[in-house]
Amino acid sequence: MTERLDQIFVVLKHWLLGYLPESWQTPVGVVISVVCIIGLYPALFAITTVLERKGVGRMQNRLGPNRVGPYGILQPMADGIKSLTKEDIVPTSADAVVHFLAPVILVVTVFMGFAVLPMGRNMVLVDMDAGLLFYFAMGASTELSVFMAGWSSRNKYSLLGAMRAVAQMISYEVALLLSSVVIVMMTGSLSLVKIVEAQNHYSYGFPHWFIFTPWGLAAFIMYAIAGTAETNRSPFDLPEGESELVAGYHTEYSGFKFALFFLGEYVAMFSISGLGSTLFLGGWMAPFSGLQFIPSWIWFFGKLFVSMCVFIWLRGTLPRLRQDQLMNFAWKFVLPMCLLNLFVAGLWRFMGEGWLRWLVCSAILILAYVSLGREGMRRQKFGPRSYRYAE
Amino acid sequence: MLGDGILKGLAETAKNFAGSFVSKERMTTVEYPEERLPLPEAARNFPFLVYDGDDWEKGLRCVACQICEKECPPKCIYIEKSKDKKPDYVGKPQIYPAKFDIDISVCMSCQICVEVCPFEAIKMNTEFELATDDRFGGLLLDRKELARSNEYYHQIHPTEASEVDARLAEEKAKVEAKAKAAAEAAAAKAAAPPAAAAPATPIAKPAAPVEARPATAAKAAEVAKAPAAATAPVAPKPVPGTGSDGAASMTPEDKKAAETPAKTNEGEPKAQGEPKE
Amino acid sequence: MDFVFYLISAFAVGGALAAVLLKNLVHAALALTIAFFGLALLFLRLDAQFAGFAQILVYVGAVAILVVFAILLTKGSEVPKEGVFSKSWFAGLAISAGVFAVLAWAVLQAAPSLPNETAAPAVTVNDIGNALMSRYVLPLEIIAVLLTAALLGAVIVAMHEKAGPKQSAGAPGPSLLGTGERRNS
Repeated sequence: MTERLDQIFVVLKHWLLGYLPESWQTPVGVVISVVCIIGLYPALFAITTVLERKGVGRMQNRLGPNRVGPYGILQPMADGIKSLTKEDIVPTSADAVVHFLAPVILVVTVFMGFAVLPMGRNMVLVDMDAGLLFYFAMGASTELSVFMAGWSSRNKYSLLGAMRAVAQMISYEVALLLSSVVIVMMTGSLSLVKIVEAQNHYSYGFPHWFIFTPWGLAAFIMYAIAGTAETNRSPFDLPEGESELVAGYHTEYSGFKFALFFLGEYVAMFSISGLGSTLFLGGWMAPFSGLQFIPSWIWFFGKLFVSMCVFIWLRGTLPRLRQDQLMNFAWKFVLPMCLLNLFVAGLWRFMGEGWLRWLVCSAILILAYVSLGREGMRRQKFGPRSYRYAE
Repeated sequence: MLGDGILKGLAETAKNFAGSFVSKERMTTVEYPEERLPLPEAARNFPFLVYDGDDWEKGLRCVACQICEKECPPKCIYIEKSKDKKPDYVGKPQIYPAKFDIDISVCMSCQICVEVCPFEAIKMNTEFELATDDRFGGLLLDRKELARSNEYYHQIHPTEASEVDARLAEEKAKVEAKAKAAAEAAAAKAAAPPAAAAPATPIAKPAAPVEARPATAAKAAEVAKAPAAATAPVAPKPVPGTGSDGAASMTPEDKKAAETPAKTNEGEPKAQGEPKE
Repeated sequence: MDFVFYLISAFAVGGALAAVLLKNLVHAALALTIAFFGLALLFLRLDAQFAGFAQILVYVGAVAILVVFAILLTKGSEVPKEGVFSKSWFAGLAISAGVFAVLAWAVLQAAPSLPNETAAPAVTVNDIGNALMSRYVLPLEIIAVLLTAALLGAVIVAMHEKAGPKQSAGAPGPSLLGTGERRNS
């Protein structure tokens, strides 16, 4: 029974495909999976927006949306209808083609990332040999669409927002990649399915997730920071800093195109969260061996939900960083920590089993964390600012 | 250490999040259309017209004196006087507003109309849900829309309304007393026709109220004036020249009547000026 | 099979041509990105997943952004009034034709010497990693050193301006989280 429930979607798909001729099965199967992904995540996006607004509201002792439907749960429907029926405005001096392409490319590249994410046992669209690389390649392409959006709008706020976004994404992408490379080093594979399988064993009922090792924990923290920055979420939401830049790179977008940007942002959050749970939190695995009877996809989406809640929690808590703080944090703290973590992971690998490696690796990482943090938080004397302009 | 501030902040928001479900004091939101906070008594928005009794048209206190129309800084009041008269709360026939419009899209809620009104007829309302889809007609309120009962006034501004009521009752009592006195005087006059008006006036003068039923006061003044004007040129003369014809023919009663108006004459400018101001 | 190849090739060549011919520099840069992407698709067509994705990651994700940034920071984004061709365009044409001829000759010469395999060899990422770490470890290290040197050079170039009189004090100090006024606990 549990087995069948676990594989229900796989079985369902095969049963549907059984009615088709042999030569049709592969393409139609792909289409079904793609449609599922494209239908599922926007639905989750809708739920998350209302969850976020209500959650952040509660953190600020407000009620949040509560007018549309019971407890305001139909709010996303109203928002969706509103954005669909709104006039689509393209500024006269905007570059119409690029302006149109930007949100499309953003959404396409963001959705592409899900192709390699295993969302349950046997539930992956393409088990690619270089799955992680594919994911990061798609992630890197979103930067271009952000730039296109900002540049084509012909608005200084848009352009500044895009510049900020791209600078931030490039900076934190390095950290994101380096923190994931540790996992690749330990599992010896870029395939996300293999990475999940590498964590798929339990001792004393507890799983061997990578987060439960010193280097894994450090990498996870760095990944979370970089992932938050990569998705332009608070506290790294400078590109959209409404106090300075109206809405950043999507200032000049309205109606459905704006909705696409909004969707892209949230789907990127899902995608980053999904990858994070795949890399560090055992993907679709149960957190205790006794809970394995619960279907694997529930665990995956449960982890997704938890990380979305953490995103919302962070948003409700932290104020926005300044640009120089953002860059300094990326290059002077996160990057050195990631590089050190690579070394620690190697050390872990070659020290062999035993408590000694726990001690040594933890000591190195904690020492580095404390000293780098102290260095970073050293009292700085600020003089008058000097600005440099491009010639 | 790096990050402890973040943890502290996260704990704080988590506390707020959880607390918002438990404690009612945290959630200060008032869900407006369903829940409302009671308005403070001094709240005011736009003016309304007070009426007494059940019939708004009959009970309207406004006498169309147009003071508010003249005083209104943005000139949002428009009044047309009636041709006929109807009795006011003391039973005196008064003209009434045939038309009384306030354009609340122009009104700035300054309350000057309320302050200048001598008849307690216009007061400030607290009603604020005046949104309408008709931008011009919908915000131009006519006298029917403006009319609110005195009970309503008591409801929204209880302290102020009872003060007003007390004042009005006092006035009414005074007017009634005066009317009674006037009636008595009239009776006396009927008994002694030439001298009747004179004793009545000294009583009427100080009784003339601040808001002054103008007609009553003016009449009293007129009554006082008429004999004064008639006798004043004559009165000083009899004292030195007693041998003249007129003076010689004067009876003691006539002398007394001639003196009294002259005495009241001193107090007259004050009494007369009051209703005007 | 061939149709897909020609489609991708047309995509890549079209992008490259647009990159050369378009007047607007940012458009040209975006067209160049299309060419990069087409190239990546060609790699994928050859079952070279690693090379294909690395192409997207590095070229679309980094190089194109770098190009675009350079254009924006150097005031070059204005559309030129006259044509895009320089006066010495024929010299450029001659040089590029020469380079093309040499490359084509080399490819044609090398073709017969390739092992004539019908099925593409299954090269996994693992194999690439092993090759890089064993047989090609020296080139890899040299490239690493070169890139590090380039990185340091870039940093030095960027730092140079700050070394001027009084400027180093004025610039925002190197702090992770800013002033740390309240954070010194």
